[in-house]
Amino acid sequence: MALLDKDRIFTNVYGFQPWNLKEAQARGAWDNTKDLIARGRDAIIDEMKASGLRGRGGAGFPTGMKWSFMPKQPPLDQNGNPKPSFLVINADESEPGSCKDREIMRHDPHLLFEGALVAGFAMGARAAYIYIRGEYIREAEVLFAAREEAYAAGLLGKNAAGSGYDFDVFVHRGAGAYICGEETAMIESLEGKKGQPRLKPPFPAGAGLYGCPTTVNNVESIAVAPTILRRGASWFSSFGRENNKGTKLFQISGHVNRPCVVEEEMSIPFSELIERHCGGIRGGKDNLLAVIPGGSSVPLVPAADIWDAPMDFDGLKAVGSGLGTAAVIVMDKSTDIVRAISRLSYFYKHESCGQCTPCREGTGWMWRVMERLRTGDAHVEEIDMLQQVTKQVEGHTICALGDAAAWPIQGLIRHFRPEIERRIEARHGSLQQAAE
Amino acid sequence: MPKVKVDGVEIDVPAGATVLQAAELAGKEIPRFCYHERLSIAGNCRMCLVEVKPGPPKPQASCALPATEGQEIRTDSEMVKKAREGVMEFLLINHPLDCPICDQGGECDLQDQSVAYGRGGSRYHEHKRAVTEKYMGPLIKTTMTRCIHCTRCVRFSEEIAGVDEIGALYRGETMQITTYLEKAAHHEMSANVIDLCPVGALTSRPYAFEARPWELKKTLSIDVSDATGANIRIDARGREVLRALPRNNDDVNEEWLSDKARFQVDGLTRRRLDKPFLRRDGKLVQATWNEAFAALSTLNPGASIAAVAGDMVDCETMFAAKALVGALGSNLLEGRQTGMDYDTSSLAAVNFNTTFNDIETADAILIVGAHVRWEAPTVNVRLRKAVKRGAKVFLIGPEWETTFGGEFLGEDLSLIGNLPGHVADALSGAKRPAVILGGAALGRGGLEAGLALAGQFNLVRTLEDGTAWNGFNVLHMAASRMGGLMLGYAQKGGIADLVAAKPKVLISLGADEVDYTKFADSMIVYIGHHGDKAAHAADVILPASAYTEKAGTYVNTEGRVQFADKAVFAPGDAREDWTILRALADAFGVSVGFDSFDQLRAAMVSAVPALGVEGLADYGAALPAGGGSASGAIAYPIKDFYMTNPIARASATMQRCSAELLHGEEFAEAAE
Amino acid sequence: MADRYIEPDTPELRARWGNFAWTEANAAKAKEIVARYPEGRQRSAVMPLLDLAQRQVGAELNTQGWLPIPVMEYIAAYLDMPIIRVVEVASFYTMYNIAPIGRFHVQVCGTTPCMLRGSDDLLATCKSRGMKKGHISEDGLWSFTEVECMGNCASAPMVQINDDNYEDLTSDRLNAVLDALARGETPKAGTQDPARHTVEPVGEPTNLVAMMSENHDYRSEW
Repeated sequence: MALLDKDRIFTNVYGFQPWNLKEAQARGAWDNTKDLIARGRDAIIDEMKASGLRGRGGAGFPTGMKWSFMPKQPPLDQNGNPKPSFLVINADESEPGSCKDREIMRHDPHLLFEGALVAGFAMGARAAYIYIRGEYIREAEVLFAAREEAYAAGLLGKNAAGSGYDFDVFVHRGAGAYICGEETAMIESLEGKKGQPRLKPPFPAGAGLYGCPTTVNNVESIAVAPTILRRGASWFSSFGRENNKGTKLFQISGHVNRPCVVEEEMSIPFSELIERHCGGIRGGKDNLLAVIPGGSSVPLVPAADIWDAPMDFDGLKAVGSGLGTAAVIVMDKSTDIVRAISRLSYFYKHESCGQCTPCREGTGWMWRVMERLRTGDAHVEEIDMLQQVTKQVEGHTICALGDAAAWPIQGLIRHFRPEIERRIEARHGSLQQAAE
Repeated sequence: MPKVKVDGVEIDVPAGATVLQAAELAGKEIPRFCYHERLSIAGNCRMCLVEVKPGPPKPQASCALPATEGQEIRTDSEMVKKAREGVMEFLLINHPLDCPICDQGGECDLQDQSVAYGRGGSRYHEHKRAVTEKYMGPLIKTTMTRCIHCTRCVRFSEEIAGVDEIGALYRGETMQITTYLEKAAHHEMSANVIDLCPVGALTSRPYAFEARPWELKKTLSIDVSDATGANIRIDARGREVLRALPRNNDDVNEEWLSDKARFQVDGLTRRRLDKPFLRRDGKLVQATWNEAFAALSTLNPGASIAAVAGDMVDCETMFAAKALVGALGSNLLEGRQTGMDYDTSSLAAVNFNTTFNDIETADAILIVGAHVRWEAPTVNVRLRKAVKRGAKVFLIGPEWETTFGGEFLGEDLSLIGNLPGHVADALSGAKRPAVILGGAALGRGGLEAGLALAGQFNLVRTLEDGTAWNGFNVLHMAASRMGGLMLGYAQKGGIADLVAAKPKVLISLGADEVDYTKFADSMIVYIGHHGDKAAHAADVILPASAYTEKAGTYVNTEGRVQFADKAVFAPGDAREDWTILRALADAFGVSVGFDSFDQLRAAMVSAVPALGVEGLADYGAALPAGGGSASGAIAYPIKDFYMTNPIARASATMQRCSAELLHGEEFAEAAE
Repeated sequence: MADRYIEPDTPELRARWGNFAWTEANAAKAKEIVARYPEGRQRSAVMPLLDLAQRQVGAELNTQGWLPIPVMEYIAAYLDMPIIRVVEVASFYTMYNIAPIGRFHVQVCGTTPCMLRGSDDLLATCKSRGMKKGHISEDGLWSFTEVECMGNCASAPMVQINDDNYEDLTSDRLNAVLDALARGETPKAGTQDPARHTVEPVGEPTNLVAMMSENHDYRSEW
């Protein structure tokens, strides 16, 4: 059973129609937002909890619960005044393979702004900052323009949407740093500093942006909220398996016949997702080598394991990987699999903020060894050494970038060790021949 | 008081403690690089990882994790051992193994910890990272390939010094620590980053390749470059002082040291007076001690003798001179060389009563006539802390670049009696108000006007918690000042009284700031160590010891009595000051009542008991009422931070700092 | 993959940029930007202001724009923050050009999703046109960088040139775009596949068919 168009939240995801307020409203955005807010903070959070929505930014933390962590009574500052709370919307979409938030922002920005208001109200925030990655230049232009429209229509600002709640939304552009997708790095960056993750605790809900209570949510998590509230938790939770509810934007790239972004129900089997929307694997099912199912940070899954796997948090965990952002990178048998992963290692080296030792030093080391494994210019023992190095990085860093850099390599070694050994032997063989 | 278990041993830890502190309380050593007690927590080196339950199944950075009730902390598990080895390996892969030519060798955290916690071998076979050299000025030598990016130096300059000039540029493995445009670090505390740097990236430039730490004899001493009495350690090899380093003393200098105190020591070997000199036919000619004393014994000054003490002399020297002058029937003693004549009848009125420690807790501070950065850099650090806690600071005097903000009210002393409304409001509304008078504010009625503020704003009070608060402070510049005042080195009319008395003999104890033209008819006997200003005016030069070459007692501007040990012998024929004065007594045919240093000290302590007890002297809390009006534009006496005393003026390092940092001269190395 | 470095501070650079100041339009813009952040938090504006300054420099030079040291100092003074913190930010984020740059900054995404779809061809195409990574072409027209994932993975491979993305590229399609730019034209941005609109599956639509022809409201079908 496929998701029906009427149950898709992002009906303009392909941008066939204008993003503007008038058209967005005609599609159902900003539909009686005032009433949603009138339900009150607790009711909104309960509904979100009941919907089973898990954060769409990769970690999959239950969204309603995250909102509930925000203090009901704001903490006081040095002078005894209550601190404001903030919602920060993570639009720093930079995970290789991920390209869904871009479509929301450039084609349906009003869903995001409406979601910002509803979510901001539910957590008692004074304002929201949408942190959009710097490279999304045109997308940011749409956000700025859509924001103007929403303000002009009284949907944001004082007495937003007639709700009696004052709420501002600002757009902040990044400038090229993957690490700013990490929530505390994003907060640092918003404060005008280098995007270096903070130590936790304290967690943002206690002391985040400007030391104030802050919640950081992914664009998709926020943008689906108004529709969930309008259609009810039971509607949203009617999709997907237990603990993996709802609809989800999947992004399929790589060696499929028709790469695309598509909203589907959670838990859809990989094969169905590919066959239905992507025209199948390039060269047919048998030509599939491996899939990175959740963006570059998750380990790859070999063809045999992925084909029937349900595309959800638990289903992909069961095959040793993860749903991440549902960015599905498909690789057929023509792929130089070691190079594909080595290129990701380069990515992590390039994007390491440099703050903490294991990541700063380890990402470069791992990439250099990967590059030698790619050409076979290594000793077989170095495969184990590399595995150990990834273990020395994983779990030893301030943020999860270290883990993200380690996992793809661990996945490669787990599933393609013979291929790596073959290259080493081949190279040694050819060197021997040359020497003879 | 949460209870935690460290390696199975249950202990109570203070609320707010971190896991690292808890482990230390339990006697466990936790290796670390980025963590430093006096800096914010960065948590970036990852060396302090420990295993903590409850928590995620991975090692935790103990420096940043709060210790909470019921935690089980393991510092000895396999996970911890592996984690430390891993981090250590990462730190070393791009670190040059150039320990044999690295000045940090022997006192390097990386070296020590790699021995204790490392794997003992490297598995890294890629190219090591190269980092372009950075220039950080005449004091800090850089070898940035050794940098492990702990950011202690960045945090120090931002948080403690308050001069935000060091940063980490770029990112990832290409991250580089540098000053802006590789300009010299530009503040008075800059060289503390050398101590903070856990590796050999930032080392001492003047001390480069001089010695290994194990060759050095270490002597505990007190700095005399200002009146704060910073606790220092003198490192010497043979007869030469190679470096001065700060010692930890939370009450005084914490663990910081001004660049001058640290680096003026190379001046100890230059321009030294190492032979007696006698003026013959208008010219100073070398003499032997016997010749000198023979000449002096013909003077017969009787009571027509006076002594003036320089800024760096110890109490023992001053007491010995006082005994000599007194034995001859005179009491003409003065230490305020430049003519100040403020009233010294109450020592509490000329003391930094709040103490350095407590000034951090003041919530409104009025500073009059003190360029604190130059006159007392370590006190400036305290003021910055006070402001960070929310204190309001107002200043009277010409503007200088503070590191803590503050509002300059004007330059005239008359403002003391005519404070703007909001300043008066801030002081009267404060719970812990403080006034600090600098040297430039003491004359022309300034002290009395300042004392009037003490009454007006009730600066001496009992705080809510029952402790006493004395918010009235005088910030001196001379290391000898408070000791001198305790020993009576003050005339009612200041040095003018000495001039008026036209003494036949004037004994100058390293007093280089006196206008000796006013003593044209006196026989000037200079007992000092540097061929500086006073030596040129002297008729007899008796070569004496610098502060590193004698034991002595010093009293800082808080009235804190501190003892220094002798680190090295004075050069050439120079002798310890007290022995010279003792011999002079023989030459003048009088008895001073001591024949040894111990006897001298005992006599001094029996005369002024407070000088025998280390710690704050008690001057009482009562302050004179003060009053009257002060007026006149304030001018700070220090024109050049690096050139304030004879040792500094003789120091090539200080000369270079003065030229480069204050006068903008460029040096060849700067372009390298 | 080029290593970044800060253009050295020279007297010539000072002479050229020492008097940098906002244009009237940008002065108003800068004020508006600072107002986005709470009072006392104006430092938050450093990133948008660096971008604005880079664009102003670019407009003056008719290039993508870059950030000479005196311009960074101007921003530091404008926001009353230490200059070293501004330089930290400028050197941390890759979109700030801290050395001069060409008219068009050709940024080829080389990360795995684009690599799988043929970014090697695009890199080769750029090289065959004489571009060299991290360098400006002799005519000043092209700067060439291999960049990390730009978030256009479902329409890979892609190239970002100044403010526009060109997606679904082949060597020929990229050549067409670059030729058009060189001629002073403005090629259509977005996907270069004539059969594609944005990121829908190319060819027969698999979902949201109704949206293709009208702004369909699905609510009546709920």
